[in-house]
Amino acid sequence: MDWPFLIDVAERLLTGVPLTLELAAISLCLGFILAVAVTAAASSGFKPLRWLAKLHVELFRGTPLLVQIFVIYYGLGQITLLRGSFLWPFLSQAYWCAILALSLNTSAYGAEIIRGAIAAVPDSEVEAARAVGMSGLLLRRRIIWPIALRYGLANYGSEAILMLKATSLASVITLSEVTGIATKLIASTYRSLEIFVVAGALYLALTFLIAMGLHWLERRLNPHMRA
Amino acid sequence: MTPTTLNLLGFGPEGWGLPLAMAAGLTIAAAVCSFGLGSLLGIAAASLKLSRVMPFRWLGNFYTTVFRGVPEILVVYLFYFGGSVALTHLINLSGFPGFFSLPAFVIGVFAVALVSGAYQTEAFRAAYQRLERGQIEAGRACGMSRLLLLRRIIAPQTLRFALPALGNIWQSVLKETALLSVTGLIELVRQASTAAGSTRQPLLFYGVAALIYLAIGRVTGFGLARVEGRLASPWKR
Repeated sequence: MDWPFLIDVAERLLTGVPLTLELAAISLCLGFILAVAVTAAASSGFKPLRWLAKLHVELFRGTPLLVQIFVIYYGLGQITLLRGSFLWPFLSQAYWCAILALSLNTSAYGAEIIRGAIAAVPDSEVEAARAVGMSGLLLRRRIIWPIALRYGLANYGSEAILMLKATSLASVITLSEVTGIATKLIASTYRSLEIFVVAGALYLALTFLIAMGLHWLERRLNPHMRA
Repeated sequence: MTPTTLNLLGFGPEGWGLPLAMAAGLTIAAAVCSFGLGSLLGIAAASLKLSRVMPFRWLGNFYTTVFRGVPEILVVYLFYFGGSVALTHLINLSGFPGFFSLPAFVIGVFAVALVSGAYQTEAFRAAYQRLERGQIEAGRACGMSRLLLLRRIIAPQTLRFALPALGNIWQSVLKETALLSVTGLIELVRQASTAAGSTRQPLLFYGVAALIYLAIGRVTGFGLARVEGRLASPWKR
C-alpha cells in the first residue's frame, strides 16, 4: 500500500470538503423554505396553485438531477430576457446554478416528506386541541408542527444525506468540491481505486456525522420515547 | 433559414428525432440491465445479511454501507477509469500483452447495478423479514424441500412485499443512468448534449431529454403498479 500517495490524496480531497458541505447546507436550507411553500401551495384552495405544486414535485422527482443541472447551467443562458436581468450575474456562475438545481431538486422531495409528516399527525390530537379552543396558527404552532417535525425528521435526515451525495454532481459543471478534485486526480494519475477509497471514506465519514447529529436531535425532540 | 423547433426534433435530415429515440432506447436498455443485475446482487447480499455466519453478515453490511453512502458518480468514475486498468493488468498477467478495455455500456451497467444492488438488498431483506415464520414451518411440516419452499412460499411473498420499494429503486436506476453520460456512452443525456452543442439550443434539448425521462418513468411506474396489484390479488378480499 502506497501510504504517502493516499495521504497526499486525502489532503487534497479535504480541501474540497468545505465546498461540499456549503453546497449541501445552503441547498437544504433554501430547499426547505421552498418545500414549505410548495406544501402550502399543494394544500391551498386555489386550484391552479395546487396544479403548480404537483407539477413542481413531478418534474423534479421524475427527471435526473444531472439533467436539471444542465438545463439550468447551459439552458437558462438561452433566454435573452434572463441574460439582461439582475439575476444574470448569479446564474452565469456554476456555483449558483448548482445551488439553484440542488435546492429545487430537494424542495420537491422535501415537499413530499412534509406532506407525509403533516398527514401523519393523529386526528385525535387535532380534535383535542380544537376542543380546548385552539385554531388557526395557534393550533399549528403548538400541536401540528411540533408533532409533524418528529414524524418527518427521520425522512428529512435521509434526504439530507442524499443531498450530501448529490452535491457530487456539481463537479460536472466545473466545481471543485470533493468529487471534482477526485475526478481530476483520477484523470491525471489513473489510480482510480485508491482515490475512490479515500473519497468514499470521506463521504462515509460525513454521512456518519450527519446521521449522528440527527440521532441526537431525534432523541432531544422525543424525550417521551427515551427508555 | 434557421430550422424550426419542430424540424429540430423531427425525423427529417435536420432533425434529432432518430438519434434521441435511439439514445432513449439505450437509456432504457442500460436501466433494465442495471436493475436486473442489481436484483441478483441484492438477493445475494440480502442472503449474506440474513446469514447465521457472522463474517457473511459483515460482508453484506460492508457492501450496503459503502455503496449507499458513496456518491453514485464516484462509483461510475471508479469503473470507468479503473475497469480497463484492472482488466489490462489481469490479461497481461495471464500472458497477453497490450491494452484491453470494456465497452462503456458494460462498465456503466456494472457501476449502476452495484449501487442499485445495495438499495435492493435492503428492500429484499425487509421483505423477507415481513414473511410469517409460521408459513415456513407449515411448509416444512408438509414435507417441502428447501427449494420447493423457496419457490412456493418464500419467493412469491418476498417479491410481493418488496415490490413497492423495488419500484422506487427502479425509478432511481432510470435516473442514475444519466450519470453514464460522463463515460461517453451515448445515452439520452449525452445525445442531448451533442444536439445542444451543434444547434446551440441547450434549453430545448435538455428539456426534451427531461421530458423523455419523465415519460419513461411514468409509463414504467404505471406498469409496475399494475403488477403490484396482480401480485396482491390472491390476498384481496
